[in-house]
Amino acid sequence: MSIRIARALAPIVLLASASAVFAATPADIARTYGDEARQASPQFKGFSPERGKAFFQSTHGGDWSCSSCHTANPLAPGRHAKTGKTIAPLAPAADAERFTSLAQAEKWFRRNCNDVLSRACTPQEKGDVLAYLLELR
Amino acid sequence: MNAMHNGSHLARRVITALVSALLLASLGHASGPKTPPATHAGWLRECGSCHVAYPPRLLPAASWGAIMDRLGDHFGTDASIDEPAAAAIRAFLQANAGRDRETRGAPVLQITKTRWFLHEHDQVSQAAWRSPQVASPANCGACHRGAANGRFDEHDVRVPGN
Repeated sequence: MSIRIARALAPIVLLASASAVFAATPADIARTYGDEARQASPQFKGFSPERGKAFFQSTHGGDWSCSSCHTANPLAPGRHAKTGKTIAPLAPAADAERFTSLAQAEKWFRRNCNDVLSRACTPQEKGDVLAYLLELR
Repeated sequence: MNAMHNGSHLARRVITALVSALLLASLGHASGPKTPPATHAGWLRECGSCHVAYPPRLLPAASWGAIMDRLGDHFGTDASIDEPAAAAIRAFLQANAGRDRETRGAPVLQITKTRWFLHEHDQVSQAAWRSPQVASPANCGACHRGAANGRFDEHDVRVPGN
């Protein structure tokens, strides 16, 4: 009987622990990027919101910046530069769902860094941008 | 002779009316509120983040296949998604795809380039297309107020500035 209950509960327990792995806070994600940045460079000295802001607004020699879609005020809704679709605000203070999944954050950094910089962003760059977004209230 | 002529004329009119009624009924069936449009959580989430999640019936299966093959360069942007999610979305799009209305050649990659789309929108003025609220023909929701829910009925259209 108890084995049967355990068997019945096993998927629920597994699901709960799996979602615990995927759910994160913006601070968790910042910590992950901090660990990665430290591994990439022993000279890593933490993240800078000012550097993040400058990075966010720069076109990096191309056509687009992060602000092209997210606007220069990430507390406000953005607008997709090509399709015109409204984009929810990027700053966690304006949208509590932002940066609550490392997989989501990584997916969007991968795509958008490719669009803006034609390369992947470094952990330092991602952490700087996140520090900037977290500072906005 | 005259009566016969009238009879065949009447028959033709009855047939025309019946065909029109059937056509209207089938159109209503396709887009009316009685049949909810096909939906899929992954498609809504992934395709719907940068543009309206375009209903699969708007392109044939071959077009969806070609689009899903090159998500890394999706009309100039990187729209890549991980493989299990991509496979599920591809299957959903192809299972619910529209019929192939183009005659020949490579699959059409943009809904806005299909002959059907151009025909349906041939009365939209250039000024409306260029209006800042529209910005792009990909921005269905600018005029089709039910686009986010897969509804494109003509009576639900409001063209900005009109």
